[in-house]
Amino acid sequence: MLKQVEGSRAVAEVVAACRPEVICAYPISPQTHIVEGLSQLVKNGDLLGCEFINVESEFSAMSVAIGASATGARTYTATASQGLLYMVEAVYNASGLGLPIVMTIANRAIGGPINIWNDHSDSMSQRDSGWIQLYAESNQEAVDLHVQAFRIAEEMSLPVMVCMDGFILTHAFEEIDIPTQDEVGAYLPTFRPRQVLDPGDPVSIGAMVGPEAFMEVKYMAHARMIESADHIARAAIDFKEAFGRDSGGLVRSYKIERAQTVVIALGSILGTLKDLIDQMQDEGISIGVVGITSFRPFPVNELRDALKNCKRVIVLEKAFQTGIGGIVTEDVDRSLRGLGVERSTLIAGLGGRPISTQSLRSYLVKAIDSGVEELTFLDLEIDTVESELARERNSR
Amino acid sequence: MTPTPLKFYQIGSFAVGNRLVTADERSNQSDPERTNALTSGHRACQGCGEALGARYALDMAMRATNDQIIAVNATGCLEVFSTPYPESSWRIAWLHSLFGNAPAVASGVAAALRAKGKTDIRVVGQGGDGASVDIGFGALSGMFERNDDVLYICYDNEAYMNTGVQRSGATPPAARTATTQAVGETPGNVFGQGKFLPRIAMAHEIPYVATASISDLRDLEAKVLRAMEFRGARYLHIFVPCPLGWGSASCDTIKIARLATQSGLFPLFEAVNGELITSTPIRKKVQVEEYLKLQGRYAHLFSPTRRDDVIANLQRIADRNIDRYNLMGAE
Repeated sequence: MLKQVEGSRAVAEVVAACRPEVICAYPISPQTHIVEGLSQLVKNGDLLGCEFINVESEFSAMSVAIGASATGARTYTATASQGLLYMVEAVYNASGLGLPIVMTIANRAIGGPINIWNDHSDSMSQRDSGWIQLYAESNQEAVDLHVQAFRIAEEMSLPVMVCMDGFILTHAFEEIDIPTQDEVGAYLPTFRPRQVLDPGDPVSIGAMVGPEAFMEVKYMAHARMIESADHIARAAIDFKEAFGRDSGGLVRSYKIERAQTVVIALGSILGTLKDLIDQMQDEGISIGVVGITSFRPFPVNELRDALKNCKRVIVLEKAFQTGIGGIVTEDVDRSLRGLGVERSTLIAGLGGRPISTQSLRSYLVKAIDSGVEELTFLDLEIDTVESELARERNSR
Repeated sequence: MTPTPLKFYQIGSFAVGNRLVTADERSNQSDPERTNALTSGHRACQGCGEALGARYALDMAMRATNDQIIAVNATGCLEVFSTPYPESSWRIAWLHSLFGNAPAVASGVAAALRAKGKTDIRVVGQGGDGASVDIGFGALSGMFERNDDVLYICYDNEAYMNTGVQRSGATPPAARTATTQAVGETPGNVFGQGKFLPRIAMAHEIPYVATASISDLRDLEAKVLRAMEFRGARYLHIFVPCPLGWGSASCDTIKIARLATQSGLFPLFEAVNGELITSTPIRKKVQVEEYLKLQGRYAHLFSPTRRDDVIANLQRIADRNIDRYNLMGAE
């Protein structure tokens, strides 16, 4: 149903349409509106047979989710930033136990210094956690990805993070088509857990595994994650058939045919990029965009296919690894291996710094005309930084 | 579930199954029809108090629920000795997640059961003192405060035994651990620190809080049974000596546990909705010294020089408990 609605509210409504049985929540901006919406829906009786648990920390939020999912309940939670970091031990445990929990990440920077605004540092820090990570370009896609996420998670017995940019998406009001419960029901099968805590058929879950079997367990987690790529792709194809919309999948290309330069990005910045690429193509510049929807598993081959004919790749990232550079970059390089394609990285939008089309355009024009350094920080106040660094050096 | 054959029949004044009482008054463990939650063959040390306490507690929980229980375990000795993959000693549905989150995981299990309308299945959370009073304390307090339908059992052996006997918030004063060594001017753990979790649980005004000891297994069973009569958050704190960590003989585990209650150092009581309702009187009062001298962790109080000052301070703790919980049964 088309509605003029806040992104967070739309996510709350679509999660409700997926009929979770246990939702646990701890407040952190900019995720709060999602769980507030769900708490209202549950309390109002719109979501019968669902338990909404207000916990005392994110660590407990994920722990409640682990217990509920292991008992066979469809389980949902949401967090961001510091909250995600606070639950990390349980995040790894949920994937290790193969529990198909779905969690929304309202992407936000990590402190210190404390900062509530958007970037991708939080979910990128969980790159190796064994969770599937899907990034939403728009609020419509965020809504659609949640429906797909429950299906993928339950098919694979793997947890899924749906990452949507904090504030930029979560707090934006726009027209969104929210699938109804009947529509979701036709797409999302009943949850049949792989393993469940049941006194009638008792199993021990979470045994201690020693050196003789630990490698095998971890390899299986890797293999399962690789296999999940097909399921992510299939979920998007079936979604289009059921709902008539392109949402989700592994990667999405935009105007890359014969493009000499391709920009790669994740999340809501793709909208800005597409606008800019339209303008630049009109001016005769050969440039296109590839959006990565599935960051884990990483679509190495699909990306390689999309990039094999271009000359230059620019990776735009909203997070980075201190002391080295881009995070997504490393995976993109793997896709480019042997292709002879030039690659540079642009770190932008950290801690909510606006990414203007003007700054983006001048960076891209420079990259095409005269080349750029391997690593660039967009709109960095370089004079201030240099003088502060010099002062620090002198005081050592 | 098939009953586990009885292998023993304990007698004496603290008897597990006294033949002189009627069948329904006998202990669960003396019942040939009782099932075992935790089977033999696990890897606990000889004389492990926790293994004994866990089996009695969970067997009774099984009896109380007609085997309809799910247990959630914190990381620790109990988890490690019972489930070295691919083996498991548990005959009940059992989940281990992390060290600090067992109460929250148990809340999640209870929530799922509520959502599915399976409230005949009951949830038991369990962990050692490290998991309960220290690293999982926030999660436990949250579970209490929400009054989730979980019986949480803390097996208290007064230190982090699984990692090699380090001090916890439940380690008593003067006790030697690997991180409160018997050196310096005030050997062992310092006075004026530590916490007694049962009283903190009572402050949450949850339906039921009790302490129990493996020296009085019939009382332990009765308290588990009582706990299962309530809905909501319940807390049972069981005193379980650890021969390895305490430097005591394996054959002295129950004796030491008995001396702890009979000296007043570990009080046995029950509280309902935050109010103390019963305490178990001391049968034959002993001085704390009788308890201390059986344990290597207190050896520095007796040699090379006897520390009467420290022993007197520990006696004061026991005497305060006797007053506070009315352990001499005074009117």
